[in-house]
Amino acid sequence: MSDVAISLKSVRKSFGATEIIRGVDLDIPKGQRHAIIGPNGAGKTTLFNLISGRFPVTSGTIALNGTPISGLAPHEINRRGLSRSFQITSIFPRMTVFENIRCGLLWARGYRYSFWHLLGRQKSLNEQSERLLERLNLGARRNLPAGLLSYAEQRALEVGITIAGGADVVLLDEPTAGMSHSETDYAVSLIRSVTEGKTLLMVEHDMSVIFGLADVITVLVYGEVIASDVPSRIRANKAVQEAYLGTEAA
Amino acid sequence: MSADADTLPRVTAATADVTPPRPFLREHWPWLAAILIAVVMPWFFFNWSTGRHSGFVLTMLSEIGLMTIFALSFNMQMGHTGLLSFGHAILFGLGGYCTAHALNAIKDGGLWLPTELVPLVGGVGGLFFGILFGYLATKQRATAFAMITMGMGELVAAAALMFMGFFGGEGGVSTNRVTGVSLLGASYSSSWQVYYLIVVWVVICVVLMRLQTMTPLGRMANACRDNFERAQFVGYDPRMVRFYQFMLSGFFAGIAGGLYAILYEIVTFDTVAAPKSATALLATYIGGAGGFFGPILGTILVVLLQSGVSLLSNAWLLYVGVLFIIMVMFAPGGIVGLIGAHAPIARIGRLRELAVPYIRVLIPGLFTMLGVVALVELASFTTIGASQGKKLAVGGLAVDTATALPWIVAAAALLLGGFWLRREAAAFRRRWDALMDEAKAQGAAV
Ligand SMILES: Nc1ncnc2c1ncn2[C@@H]1O[C@H](COP(=O)(O)OP(=O)(O)OP(=O)(O)O)[C@@H](O)[C@H]1O
Ligand SMILES: [Mg+2]
Repeated sequence: MSDVAISLKSVRKSFGATEIIRGVDLDIPKGQRHAIIGPNGAGKTTLFNLISGRFPVTSGTIALNGTPISGLAPHEINRRGLSRSFQITSIFPRMTVFENIRCGLLWARGYRYSFWHLLGRQKSLNEQSERLLERLNLGARRNLPAGLLSYAEQRALEVGITIAGGADVVLLDEPTAGMSHSETDYAVSLIRSVTEGKTLLMVEHDMSVIFGLADVITVLVYGEVIASDVPSRIRANKAVQEAYLGTEAA
Repeated sequence: MSADADTLPRVTAATADVTPPRPFLREHWPWLAAILIAVVMPWFFFNWSTGRHSGFVLTMLSEIGLMTIFALSFNMQMGHTGLLSFGHAILFGLGGYCTAHALNAIKDGGLWLPTELVPLVGGVGGLFFGILFGYLATKQRATAFAMITMGMGELVAAAALMFMGFFGGEGGVSTNRVTGVSLLGASYSSSWQVYYLIVVWVVICVVLMRLQTMTPLGRMANACRDNFERAQFVGYDPRMVRFYQFMLSGFFAGIAGGLYAILYEIVTFDTVAAPKSATALLATYIGGAGGFFGPILGTILVVLLQSGVSLLSNAWLLYVGVLFIIMVMFAPGGIVGLIGAHAPIARIGRLRELAVPYIRVLIPGLFTMLGVVALVELASFTTIGASQGKKLAVGGLAVDTATALPWIVAAAALLLGGFWLRREAAAFRRRWDALMDEAKAQGAAV
């Protein structure tokens, strides 16, 4: 077993004639909290879509824990221990908040396509869902259809569904976007605690979140990695300041 | 059309499965009441002087029973998984053919199976064909799925006329349910015995299908319906979810087909044909695909129209069509959705205030409906009725469809009723909206 959780080797992705990801090499060691930053349209979400199997790569290889996963379907990649959240909230709007969380747990808990287990009787599964719900501060909302939650609550649920199954590698796409300060603070502490000992790859625009959470920051600009380093050195990096932080700070 | 995902979020499943358990009776009394009604219903039509059951009523009730299973199995695909099938009857009909052959084999002594368990043959047949057709159809979803099932429906219907051995051609496969093999010592020569056998199977199937919605597969079917992409990222292959759901739905459709074979003792080509598929769709949509109960209500209504109104009118199918269009346009959630829409107002305890507005729309509504019915009947009596040599009579009074007066009266009822209805409907809507706003303000909307 290698100790690299995610490994990208000259990954490229084109949509039609436009190349969006232009040769990305990236190794993310196990247990690292890794942030990807970059201007709008840099290809951050596209990179997530490639890693999680939503889109096939145009060329290059992606490996998870040392085994190549390019070409696998999203559910197969998920079953190998990689879970992701979406920048544009993607939940099950007509099901209750509680059931949304439980759906995130089912496969990981080995229920597969069972039509002989009555969910109401699965005590430990329900308790686990309940506990996660409390941690997400959604306990009071448990019986509400998820589509009726406030935006920030839906964001929290989005993260909840992603981490519910206890995947070893977690990809979060702008988890705190649209949250208030206090909600963001809470989300950061939650993300920190649930990803303890796990590999986290996250896209964020909020610099305080990034500098608070990330061990390493990768800067992606126009589909290319221009820097990948510890936060203090990224902050000092000239090229990064020009390409990204400078414009942000101005 | 795919499971109206664009309408307001609705919780489709009972949340009861995780709330503290309530006493069995308090929770399940509507079901028990329904069973009780099903059991005593034939006796309301029992002729005490001759000591005989009404064959017509028993057949109609039996039909309601087996069609309930059929519609619920259809809704396992449509309401629960978001799969609109135009060929669901093939699973029903093929289950029926299997059962008819099995009954014949039992009669010949080539197979031993008590009549009580014979519907299982239909179930296994439905399961087998569910696997076969489901494997292909569930590769797709949404419109492509609908198109494939429609093609499969046509394919099987065509095959039914080609392969004599299995389908018996135009004449179908005749059988005899009195095999002499029974667990209970019943002969099933009289239709009340068959009716009660069907009731038992309906209860079993309804309970099983209800429980299935509370299993991991049942929940993930809902999840894939609402957001199949997200389901992938929690480890589920939406295609497999669709496949298993289709397969199980085939099992139950097959049982319904098996009961059909037992009830009518003949299975013909129309059990696999498109109109049969349409019946399930109509019943489900009219009753409401969103909940579990909808298809049951819809089936009762459609079969009553089919068996009851068809005795009185040649145009019964037209009425079903009109009802369907009205439901799709004004109540996409079906009857169950309509009833459910009252919940917020009921919660603030002001349902009573709707009584007068309701009566005020019902009266012109009735007028409009009578106008429509009168016109339809007049038309159908001048065409089909005349060729059948029937005469239109209202309350014993013969009506001459060749004179202008009945037409004028009918058209007037329709036009005046419609005009009046529009005004009352607007008033009703205002009252309704006001009460809804009130309910929202009190936080009772959800
Ligand atoms: N499915 C697609 N088809 C065509 N073009 C796409 C597709 N997905 C993304 N793109 C394009 O790829 C580019 C990068 O998009 P992406 O969403 O990856 O950016 P991002 O870095 O996540 O931006 P943001 O910070 O706004 O989320 C954009 O120009 C976008 O229009
Ligand atoms: Mg993005």
